[in-house]
Amino acid sequence: MLILEKRAEPSKGWTTLSPLLAVVLTMVAGGALFAILGEDPVVAIRTIFWDPLFGEFAFYYRPQLLIKAAPLILIAVGLAIGFRAGIWNIGAEGQYIIGALTGAGVGLAFYPMESALIFPLMVLAGAAGGWAWAMIPAVLKVRFGTNEILVSLMLVYVAEQVLAKMALGLLRNPEGSGFPGSRNLQQYPSAHNAELITGTGMHWGVVAALIAVIFAYIMMTRHILGYQIRLTGEAPRAARFAGVNPARIVLLCLGISGALAGLAGMFEVTGPSGQVSIDFNVGYGFTAIIVAFLGRLHPVGILFAGLLMALTYIGGEIAQLNLSLPAAAVQMFQGMLLFFLLAVDLFSNYRVRFRRLEAA
Amino acid sequence: MDLSSINPALLLASLLVASTPILLAALGELVVERSGVLNLGVEGMMITGAICGFVIAVNTENPALGFIAATLGGAALSLVFAALTQLALANQVASGLALTLFGLGLSSLMGQGYVGIKPPPTPKIDFGPLSDLPFIGPVLFSHDLIVYVGLALVSAIWATLKYTRIGLILRAVGENHDAAHALGYKVVRVRVAAILFGGACAGLGGAYISLVRVPQWTDGMTAGTGWIALALVVFASWKAGRVLIGAWLFGGITVLQLNLQAAGVAIPVEYLNMSPYVITILVLVIMSADKTRAPASLGRIFHASD
Repeated sequence: MLILEKRAEPSKGWTTLSPLLAVVLTMVAGGALFAILGEDPVVAIRTIFWDPLFGEFAFYYRPQLLIKAAPLILIAVGLAIGFRAGIWNIGAEGQYIIGALTGAGVGLAFYPMESALIFPLMVLAGAAGGWAWAMIPAVLKVRFGTNEILVSLMLVYVAEQVLAKMALGLLRNPEGSGFPGSRNLQQYPSAHNAELITGTGMHWGVVAALIAVIFAYIMMTRHILGYQIRLTGEAPRAARFAGVNPARIVLLCLGISGALAGLAGMFEVTGPSGQVSIDFNVGYGFTAIIVAFLGRLHPVGILFAGLLMALTYIGGEIAQLNLSLPAAAVQMFQGMLLFFLLAVDLFSNYRVRFRRLEAA
Repeated sequence: MDLSSINPALLLASLLVASTPILLAALGELVVERSGVLNLGVEGMMITGAICGFVIAVNTENPALGFIAATLGGAALSLVFAALTQLALANQVASGLALTLFGLGLSSLMGQGYVGIKPPPTPKIDFGPLSDLPFIGPVLFSHDLIVYVGLALVSAIWATLKYTRIGLILRAVGENHDAAHALGYKVVRVRVAAILFGGACAGLGGAYISLVRVPQWTDGMTAGTGWIALALVVFASWKAGRVLIGAWLFGGITVLQLNLQAAGVAIPVEYLNMSPYVITILVLVIMSADKTRAPASLGRIFHASD
């Protein structure tokens, strides 16, 4: 019979291979799904994975790749640090919203003043907003032992209501003839997160994402903090004996991921999105969870996973236009990817062996 | 503002209705967690149940078939979670999240073309003269079958866990899976069964939202109910009776804030809308002081060779 034998250490080969295998499996299963929906599976898969990069209108879609990947990478890098330590911040969507609100709020407070200092201030405010929102589950966990998964998730719904209140109230455009939503920050040069190189989609959020990847890599592999975080995740008892303060790790991990999610929201609201509106958030905070796992909780892996996930977003939009596939199909596709990844991961942690049943 | 327009009997009656989805989902999750498995996919299973029930009920014009389909739909999705965590030995937190993300996508895909349709009404049970009793009639004897199914499940689960052999095995598996395994109990089989039960309950609860509570289909309509159900299990210290109290508490808050909105209280709608979530957090904080009651093997991966 087939038996599973636990590996002493996860297999290096399988750890690298399994995301690729999961992507292939998702394409196969997704193709089957599209066939059921009555679409040609080959055309659907090509539309999602090929056309954004090499299709007829690729010149339009390629910049989108960076625009969509930046928030995903920025959030996922932060989440992965926490996941490594066994701290599950799944409320990044809320921190993203609050970061966008505080960032945009600071910018709008200065309107119509023009100064080179405004944008950096907004960046700080965005990070601080996300950080503060993540500190709620962090402090509750440290002080009362409250489950951070549930608290951070509940705060997403609270943040959505705060967003609605702000878009309709405090941050509403006074010249917007009563429509909900703030002033368009794209028309306010000091606060606009503009494209840095025309036609590439490169904006400050992309730069921030790259910096975050590099810093996270250094911290996780070269710094004592990274070691303590990994130790806390893999052997919490050993970590405590080694003098790691668990409360500090909780505050740190949630703080970092909250600040990065806040930054992502701030760069999004000042750039691609342009204004605070009721439905400003599109679920990057949740998709970033998939990105973090797909990237093996490793900063460099997350970089590639973020780009791949951005590709499925854009491909999904094309498929919506050309094949009239519903937007939800892509969301399901992404969920499926995580399923397959988790399933395939069996092979990195266990060895599958054949063994004859022996007489007891 | 006119608070006198709020009728206490109607308020209590709608409290029972409002608490039913959350009660069903939380009871299912309670059984799952008592078997030592943490399934964070409740929200995904609820919304899948909601759409499965809605689609079948609309197409067959029979709400009963809808509720059955929802139960099966929720259980089918939970089977994926069971396969991942019990066979592929995947991390339960990640698998549960995947289930929720997948369920939200799947439901919205299945729900294309069902937006704006009204489902067939779910009939109320006829209690004859009992329904005409003042106050008690509208509060207790004016509901559909599912409300009573929820209440019956509370006592059934309580009694099963406390007095039966099946309950004892389930608890043994949840408290110490290695010991249970050594005694010859099939840990994986028990857990898969518990997960399926949890999925079925969540699916039923979801369908109650789409077929009775709202009743129509909109994307993501469960709006965090599944997560509140998860919080409720912690609040209830893994006890069936307390789940009922918790569900009434949250049902009460939901109904009250809707009534306050309707009565035009001078609190902004957004603050009233966020109140169930804020109160969930507060309750979690109060309850998390007592950590001793969680099943000891909760969330741990079981592998027979360990």
